Order: sequence, then structure tokens, then C-alpha cells
Amino acid sequence: MIPMLKRILRTGIVSEPPPAALAAEQREVARLGEEILRILGRALTIRQVDAGSCNGCELEIHALNNPYTNLEGYGIKFVASPRHADMLLVTGPVTKNMEHALKVAWDCTPDPKLVVAVGDCGSCGGVFGESYASCGAVEKVIPVDVRVPGCPPTPVALLQGILAAVRR
Amino acid sequence: MRFFGEPIEFEKQAGIGSPAWRGRADDGEALQAFAVAVHRNGGRLAALWGEDRRKGGEGFRLHVAFGLDMGHAWLGLDLPAAHPAYPDLAGIFPAANRMQRATRDLVGIATDGGDQRPWLRHGAWPADWFPLRHDAGGGRDFTNRPSDYDFVQVGGEGAHEIPVGPIHAGIIEPGHFRFSVIGERLLRLEQRLGYQHKGVEKLFIGMNPADGARLVGRISGDSTCAYAWAYASAVEAACGISPPPRGLLLRALMLERERVANHLGDLGALGNDAALAFGFSQFMRLKEDWLRLNGKIFGHRFMMDRIVPGGTALDLEAPALAAIVEQGDAVGREVKELKKIYDEHAGLQDRFLTTGTIDADLARELSLSGVAARATGLILDARVHRQGYTPPAPWAMLGVRPATDERGDVAARAAVRFAEIFESLRLLRELAVGLPDSELRVEVPPVPGGSGLGVIEGWRGEVLVGVAFDDDGKLARVHPHDPSWQAWPALEHAVMKDIVPDFPLINKSFNLSYSGADL
Ligand code: SF4
Repeated sequence: MIPMLKRILRTGIVSEPPPAALAAEQREVARLGEEILRILGRALTIRQVDAGSCNGCELEIHALNNPYTNLEGYGIKFVASPRHADMLLVTGPVTKNMEHALKVAWDCTPDPKLVVAVGDCGSCGGVFGESYASCGAVEKVIPVDVRVPGCPPTPVALLQGILAAVRR
Repeated sequence: MRFFGEPIEFEKQAGIGSPAWRGRADDGEALQAFAVAVHRNGGRLAALWGEDRRKGGEGFRLHVAFGLDMGHAWLGLDLPAAHPAYPDLAGIFPAANRMQRATRDLVGIATDGGDQRPWLRHGAWPADWFPLRHDAGGGRDFTNRPSDYDFVQVGGEGAHEIPVGPIHAGIIEPGHFRFSVIGERLLRLEQRLGYQHKGVEKLFIGMNPADGARLVGRISGDSTCAYAWAYASAVEAACGISPPPRGLLLRALMLERERVANHLGDLGALGNDAALAFGFSQFMRLKEDWLRLNGKIFGHRFMMDRIVPGGTALDLEAPALAAIVEQGDAVGREVKELKKIYDEHAGLQDRFLTTGTIDADLARELSLSGVAARATGLILDARVHRQGYTPPAPWAMLGVRPATDERGDVAARAAVRFAEIFESLRLLRELAVGLPDSELRVEVPPVPGGSGLGVIEGWRGEVLVGVAFDDDGKLARVHPHDPSWQAWPALEHAVMKDIVPDFPLINKSFNLSYSGADL
């Protein structure tokens, strides 16, 4: 217990003193988070759906929950069920094998719902495109509000995309 | 050269990559006999895939790669176009089951018995259409039909089933898990995967080698360096070229940075699943620092597209190398402290110890590789010297020390990750201070008809890529093989007799790739 407390004290709040070169990125994250909170005036709940990604995009979505970005601190929460979600954050090209499941998740999400398509794959099919096994972009399967290109998009780009969607 | 007294003649593959010998089986019986001999001598089934060679007037070819003590034996078996069948190897190597079913789904060559359930084919294309046949066409017009799957039924009083997925709670790839339980106790887990199948192998056909490198780096994003290197190594073996020393060492540097990034993330997530939020935030902070430095010096947080056939696509200057050393020292100090906290945290250890256990016999039986295999005590690491095996450059000169643990549980898989972080940090320092001056890459000459095999020890386990060129020097066939193929069935065994609430923790301790094995 003692070493753990020491560690916590020494680390402090990591979002505070970012290394100089990365300070700009840090400030941008904070600004975006606050703006999302301001526009919504309440918590935003997100259901992430991987509809066929290479898992690279998931790595960056995970990074949104690290102590630097600390999305939860701005009231942005990832939830387990689409029924509790305001927004679907969808990665992939949508595989044919996930087409049905994605439609069901979309149907289960209460209106008004926002859909953000993540990554080059989610936005336009990326390197996988459309094929016998892939429907391509998310918008080929469900309506999309905002696309966040990038392979994978950085955490800052993801936040910008989420912000663009709540602005709508 | 012959193995185990079997009559098949093997020849060593050219180049400085992982040692591999190639041979041809005359018929199914010879293949089967060889598989039995490999199994008897403690070898593994590394990968199995099919190739349509009818365009050149031949039939189909079955490829089977075995992991032996000294390296890989890559065996081809030619099958007639009219009746492409071969003996079921799943009775010898259980890991063959899903690979054989996938091969049937994609190429239309099947075993003459055994499990005939589809694997990657759900309902998107008909059973008599095979995407990897050269005369298949695009196959984009089929109606996507909902499909049933024959799960094995578990009977008995009080037993019931819990289906989970394909969409899971949490930020994770899709797959379906069918649990059979009595009360809280898990009797059985059966996985149904393939939801991430996006037709990658078909996309490779006809690509030039450079485009192939981009695609292979997106088979499993968390292992992009391992895939890019295994692919590059296969292409280089086919072309008879070797990357220059600086390029080679830069590759190793990227691979070890990929290993550390993933291990940091996994250790954090394991803490989180065992209700130690402190561990999660500490490790995620370290991981984020790590990725940010990647972004700064490699121009990409995961180093995608930096390893290319012939060498690397970028160089690191002295300040970048100094930053790597400096960050390595700092992370090493912090992880050491965190390890002490994990080791001494009673609640955490209580969740980790004896949970999700597999032993070395099972690991061997399932042809397991990587972290999960080493966590049962097996010394199995393509970078590490073992009896009869000399690792390829640059590992041989670095003298990589293996991390093993005999307990086979979640605690062991965590311990192996800790030990591997420390060893990778040592390697990173050596690589960064000792980087030789040379070119970064050599030209890749087209080699019509050539083929090669590349094997790299990724952070999860053995990543293997087989490559074949057509007569125009384009890619005729690329088969990328993820270690998750062998590890998914190991997870099915590991959860038996544990309780349902422990599943997320056990699953996390393996942290397998869906995309990598669904292709
Ligand atoms: S956009 Fe890139 S990182 Fe994301 S799923 Fe596609 S290939 Fe992977």
C-alpha cells in the first residue's frame, strides 16, 4: 500500500505538466473535452462498435481513456449497451460477417443517435475497400454523421470528430 | 536434408531470416507420416494454407509449416484439380482444425474426414464458391444470409448456455463466445470467430510487393511491425536479398518498441480487470508516453509502413536514438516499482494466481507459441538460442534472454510480460547505441515464380508469412499467420473450471487478435 501511495503522490495529476513539445497536444485535448461538455451540458455516452477493423483504431480509442486524455473527466463515457448510448463510434470496413450485428446495434440505439465512422476504413473502406467479404465504409450499412479519417486517427482527431458530431 | 528419418528431402531457404527448410510431400500419406514424426519429436504445427496453382497448368497446393527445434519445415503437397483432398491432420495436431476449415472455405480444398463445419464463411458467400480461386471473380453480388452454427451441446442437469457477442461490452474486437455453465462454474467455452474476416488474402493477389507491405501491416494493427518484418523477410528470401545492417537493426528496434507498448497496455488492463485502477492509469500513462515518442521520431504512433521489403523506410538520427535510451531508462525504473506493487498486492495476486491455467503439455499439444507458451515454462522464442537452434540476425549477437514462468496462469502471463519488458529495454539500449552506419534498404528485384517464408517473434507470439510470386513478379499468394490461431483454442481450455466473472481477466491475459486470425 505504501509504495502505491508514494507512487500516486509522485505522479501527481499527469495531465498537468506535459513535456514541452507535447503541451500543445495536451491543451488541445483539454479544450476539446471542455467544449463537448459545454455543448452537451451533460454527459455523452458512447458505444464503440468494431465492425471489422484491424484493431489499430481500437488502440487509439483506448488511448482516449488514458489519464492524459481522461475523457471520463469531461463526462464522456463508454457504455456497454447501445441502448444506453447517444453515439455509436464505429471502426472497420464493415465486414459482411458483421453487417447484421452492426445494423442491430444501430436499431437498438435510441433516437436521436449520432454515428461517427472511425479511421480510413470506417470512412471510406481504407485498404480493404469493398469485396466479397467487406461492405466497405460504415455509411454503406448505417447512416453516418461524421467521418474521422486516419490510419489510425490520433486521439486528438478522434476527439475532434466526436465534437463535430455533437455540434450537429 | 531429412528430418526424423522421414523420406522427404528438404532444402534450406536462402537469406538471413529465420531458418526454414522447404520440401515436397509426394502424397497425403507422406504428409501424414511427416506430421506424426514432427509431433512425436515435440514439434508444432505452425501454419496451414492452400494455394490455387491451376493457372500454371497444375492443381492446388497445400502448404503446411511445422515448427521444429532448429527452425521451420515448410512442406508442400500438390493436389489434383479434380479432387483436391488431403488427410485430416487435426487428430495429430488439434490446431489444424480451424486452419483446415478456413482453407476449405477460401480455397476449396478439404480434408477427407473430420470437422467439416465452415469457419470463416458465415453467410456472405455460398458453400460452393471459393474466394481464393483465380477464376472465382469478385463475388460481390451474393446475398448476405444469416447463418447458423453447430455449437457442441453440453448436456447434464443444471447446465445452461450463455451466448456472448459478436459485439462485446467494451472496446474490443468482435467474436462469439458460447459458455456452458453450471451456476457460476464454466464447463466449456466454444468460440465462433470469423466476424473480422475482410478478405485480406484475396486482396494480396496481383499486388506489387510494396502495396503488399502496406496491407500486411494492417492484418493486426497491434502487431504491424511484426507482420511487416515477417512479410519483408519472406519477400527477401524469395528474391535472395538481405536488408543492410542498419535497416535490420532498426527493424529490431521497432519490433521491441512494439513489444513494450503492448505489454505495458496489457499489464495496465490486467490491473484494471482485477480492480486495481491505479495499475491501469499508471501503465496507460507509460504507454501513452511511449506512443508519443513513436509519433515524434517515427512519424507514426504504431510505426506502420516503416518496415518495408529490402530494409526500412526511415532512419533515426542521434537525438532520436538518445531519446529512446532516455525513455527506456525512465520506463524501466517505473515498471520496476510497479512490478513490486503488483507482486505485493494481495487482492491482485488472489485474482491472478491459479486462474486460467494451462500446462506445458497442453501448450505443446496445441502448438502454442509466444507469451502464453512461455508462461507454461516452454522456451519458445524465435529470438532466443535453444538446443539445436541459432536465432537469425540480429538476435544471435544480442543474446536475447528468454522469459519463462511455469505456473501457466494469469499471474505467469503477467510475469512473462514484466520480464519481457525489462529484456526489451535492454535490447533497445543496445540497439540504439550500437546502430551501425550503412544503407537503410536495398532494391527488391522482381522474381517471377519465387516464394519465401518469414517468421518473426511478435509481442504476442510467432507471426509467420508465406509469399509466392507469379510469373510477372506480382504477388500470387500471401498467407499471413497470426499466433492467435493456436492460442484461441488454448483460451477455451484455460477457462474450464474457472468461474464466469474470471473470464474477462483470463481473456485479457491472453489478449488475442481477432482480426489477425480472421483475415
Ligand atoms: S483505418 Fe487503419 S488502423 Fe483503422 S482499422 Fe483501418 S487499417 Fe486499421
